[in-house]
Amino acid sequence: MPKDGIGASPKRREDVRFLTGKGRYTDDINLNGQLYVHFLRADVAHATINSIDTSAAEGMPGVAHVFTSKDFEAVGGLPCGWQVTDKHGQPMQEPKHPIIAEGKIRHVGEIVAAVVADTLGNARDAAEAIELDLTELPAVIDMKKAVQDGATKVHDDLTSNLCYDWGFVEENKAAVDEAFEKASHVTTLELVNNRLVANPMEPRVAVGDYAQHDDSSTLYTTSQNPHVIRLLMGAFVLGIPEHKLRVVAPDVGGGFGTKIFHYAEEAFCTFAAKQLRRPVKWTSSRSEAFMSDAHGRDHVSKIQIALDADNNFTALRTETYANMGAYLSTFAPSVPTWLHGTLMAGNYRTPLIYVNVKAVFTNTVPVDAYRGAGRPEATYQLERCVDKCARELGVDPAELRRQNFIKPDQFPYATPVAVEYDTGNYHATLDKALELADVAGFDARAAESKARGKLRGLGISNYIEACGIAPSNLVGQLGARAGLYESATVRVNATGGIVVMTGSHSHGQGHETTFPQVIADMIGIDASQVEIVHGDTANTPMGMGTYGSRSLAVGGSAMFRATEKIINKAKKIAAHLLEASETDIELKDGQFSVSGTDKSVAWGDVTLAAYVPHNYPLDSIEPGLEETAFYDPANFTYPSGTYICEVEVDEGTGKVDVLNFTAADDFGNVVNPMIVEGQVHGGVGQGIGQAMLENCAYDEDGQLLSASYMDYAMPRASDIPMITVDHSCQTPCTHNPLGVKGCGEAGAIGSPPALVNAVLDALNRNGHAVDHIDMPLSPSRVWSAMNS
Amino acid sequence: MYNFEFVKPSSVDEAVAALRDEDAQPLSGGQTLIPTMKQRLNQPSKLVSLTGIADLVGVSSSGGVLSVGGATPHATVAAEAGDYPALAALAGQIGDPAVRNRGTIGGSLANNDPAACYPSAALASGATIVTNAREIAADDYFQGMFTTALDEGEIITGVKFPIPQAANYQKFEQPASRFALTGVFVAKYADGVRVAVTGASNDGVFRWTEAEEALSANFSPNAISGLTVASDDMISDLHGSAAYRANLVKVLTGRAVAACA
Repeated sequence: MPKDGIGASPKRREDVRFLTGKGRYTDDINLNGQLYVHFLRADVAHATINSIDTSAAEGMPGVAHVFTSKDFEAVGGLPCGWQVTDKHGQPMQEPKHPIIAEGKIRHVGEIVAAVVADTLGNARDAAEAIELDLTELPAVIDMKKAVQDGATKVHDDLTSNLCYDWGFVEENKAAVDEAFEKASHVTTLELVNNRLVANPMEPRVAVGDYAQHDDSSTLYTTSQNPHVIRLLMGAFVLGIPEHKLRVVAPDVGGGFGTKIFHYAEEAFCTFAAKQLRRPVKWTSSRSEAFMSDAHGRDHVSKIQIALDADNNFTALRTETYANMGAYLSTFAPSVPTWLHGTLMAGNYRTPLIYVNVKAVFTNTVPVDAYRGAGRPEATYQLERCVDKCARELGVDPAELRRQNFIKPDQFPYATPVAVEYDTGNYHATLDKALELADVAGFDARAAESKARGKLRGLGISNYIEACGIAPSNLVGQLGARAGLYESATVRVNATGGIVVMTGSHSHGQGHETTFPQVIADMIGIDASQVEIVHGDTANTPMGMGTYGSRSLAVGGSAMFRATEKIINKAKKIAAHLLEASETDIELKDGQFSVSGTDKSVAWGDVTLAAYVPHNYPLDSIEPGLEETAFYDPANFTYPSGTYICEVEVDEGTGKVDVLNFTAADDFGNVVNPMIVEGQVHGGVGQGIGQAMLENCAYDEDGQLLSASYMDYAMPRASDIPMITVDHSCQTPCTHNPLGVKGCGEAGAIGSPPALVNAVLDALNRNGHAVDHIDMPLSPSRVWSAMNS
Repeated sequence: MYNFEFVKPSSVDEAVAALRDEDAQPLSGGQTLIPTMKQRLNQPSKLVSLTGIADLVGVSSSGGVLSVGGATPHATVAAEAGDYPALAALAGQIGDPAVRNRGTIGGSLANNDPAACYPSAALASGATIVTNAREIAADDYFQGMFTTALDEGEIITGVKFPIPQAANYQKFEQPASRFALTGVFVAKYADGVRVAVTGASNDGVFRWTEAEEALSANFSPNAISGLTVASDDMISDLHGSAAYRANLVKVLTGRAVAACA
């Protein structure tokens, strides 16, 4: 047996460098002659720029140049990677997204000018000498007001603030409405999915460099997908062909979605380095991160479920306002539509579904994918509404769910919202979670809490997600302007060690540990024989990067396919060395043997023969042992699960303590159980953050109220309870070679409704008839709900 | 941060002299001043550090009075103010370990942040704020949000706390900053009970005199059950409405009294 194959839990090898301070992050990169940029950012949300006078700033000590939008006249805007078609068949409204504000400021934090100087201090000093003449305009903040007739427009050249009005599936709308008319019960819920700031521990950084001798540019950046940045920035913004542009994303300290996107600062540093013939560096401060990293969520929704007299779900409809912010970030239009509407069936057999989404421009930071991206918004609506429905009907919320689940023998299951779930067993995860959470013992625990003066509640949620993003031909039909395959080159060295160059990017996921486990298992060698290289377009094949819980399902599958090619070729070499037929060669535990004989040759002898081909079938196969595969999945993967948590509410203050949390997930096959458990812990932690603490808030003038950690509450260790994680319910994915589904986003998707359901259960059990509280469930909001 | 001069005198007199320069500011633990300077919101020409003055650091107890040097860090008060346990407990709940090992009592009282913890202890204890020039009763010292009786260049050299028969501080944390969203300090003395509230009012720390009267007559949580707290002057922000803070004042006062038992 190989050491650390599939199913083992070796410790994360990358942690040795992270924990000893040897990681190499973008901010650790300092180039000879480097200059520093300080961005002058808007401190008002909406204004006309009458003039910018940079003359005083230009003369300040150390200043190389002060850039304004004039410097970028020959440069494209930041592209949007997804075009959504509205319910009338028309393309979405797509405004220009300039690198530096052109004529108008559209959100607090937008870049108005940029000072490049020899030190950051000199750049900041000079920025204070820039004179701006602005005419302030009313800020567009409230989405529903933004789409009313006569509303102030964020973009004067668009017809309104409505980016698109999307209906899904539009042809089903009449049938859905008819089902509601016939329903014996309808549950309605209006809710807000609160705006979040991703807050990775490492803020964004960009270093641009230019080599005059070969007219090539290099960008070092904090990205989840360096090839995507190279493609978008090279082809659409700066006009640099890919062979003249290298993008490096070295160690990256957390992404959570917000480091997927192509940002103005990246294009700026690359452009300015070429203009000034010197490297240009930008390191975001935490304050800048709050007002320039793409935010997440921010949906206002109304959901309705129709039931027949036997409590079967007969139809579902939703109406959502989705905040786009001031500009379309890279994948923003896809999040409330194809990553949200397609998941509205959840785990249920609801036969008729209609989803309407109005995407709205406002004078706020652009909103885009954040851990889960669209799927948490779908799950939250559905699982909150099902819970409310159970309370209205006086039935057990777990049993109402079970009754309406897609049954284990119904897979593959085509939902009315365009996707086909390949496998799943929702009854199994529900049963497992009910058992692990000791739901049977809840009443005794609630009585014990009450004796201490606390209100105890229990909340359940189920989730389904579409991961392993995504089949290229499908997403192309849906408006994606990119393919979503993944790539791997497997290079076997002469002495048998292996280097994998992957298009996936690891920024916390642990690929350097898990990917070798797969190859170790396939060949039968120790995982320590395999090294993973990622994050540099100069030495990895074109890949689409890491998001949507796709790395193992898509990137791992590419690596699997490349390794299969390696094994096939190695068998040919072994057959030659063993003077046997290729079809008789078996590979096990790193030994090629001739079946039914004791003849064998070791992995290392075969790899050596490939590079020292003295005794080698050169007439039929090439020397060397290196293969590349591109893998494009046939379908999404559909991880699912059941989450249960218990909370205690302090009636006097409204403070909620999360007491325990149980996660029963079906991730299909699991490569490294320890890392999977850690992913669930992290996701649930972020879910607790969203449900209990985090709130990105603007005032009516468009000022960011939660602009620092003084007002934006991140979850701390003491906010997170012990989490029981189980992934023994496994229905392997049917269409990727590893049978894996992905686990990165599940925790953040499934946990918020479980937490909110638990708090409402605590209140309603104890005489407070409260239907809903919007997240975050801060003490103030919970107290107000109990006392209104 | 803009450039500034930095001096670290070893006596109060030298510090007072150094502070006579225009735009000079005293620097104690720097937990508020340094972040505002980093954001370029504050531009002192000179910082006069008070942490090198040995006389300003330390905790001592004598004759029923606990004395704390103005530049004593919170962590030291938490560890050494055993004669006044409620005060030690309050100090041990401020910020995080890094804050507690840098931030000082004098800095906190001089800044008088409306959500800081120490002002409630000083006011509820009827403490005396000692400066290089005079002694100021706590009742005269706090003059509203970020406003105190200190004159320009005046340095807090120490604080004298009469040690109560019983006392307790109930801090309800603002979820993000973990400053007091509302904090109530109750101190019971032979001549009566004092109740001071931080975090709640637009006027900064204040005494809840109705509760003091009720508790002086009957030191039990029930004594205040019939009282109401007006929300008119309470802070309303992202983290809690005025009505919510008014509720917290009453709930926390009751819990502080209960904890004194």
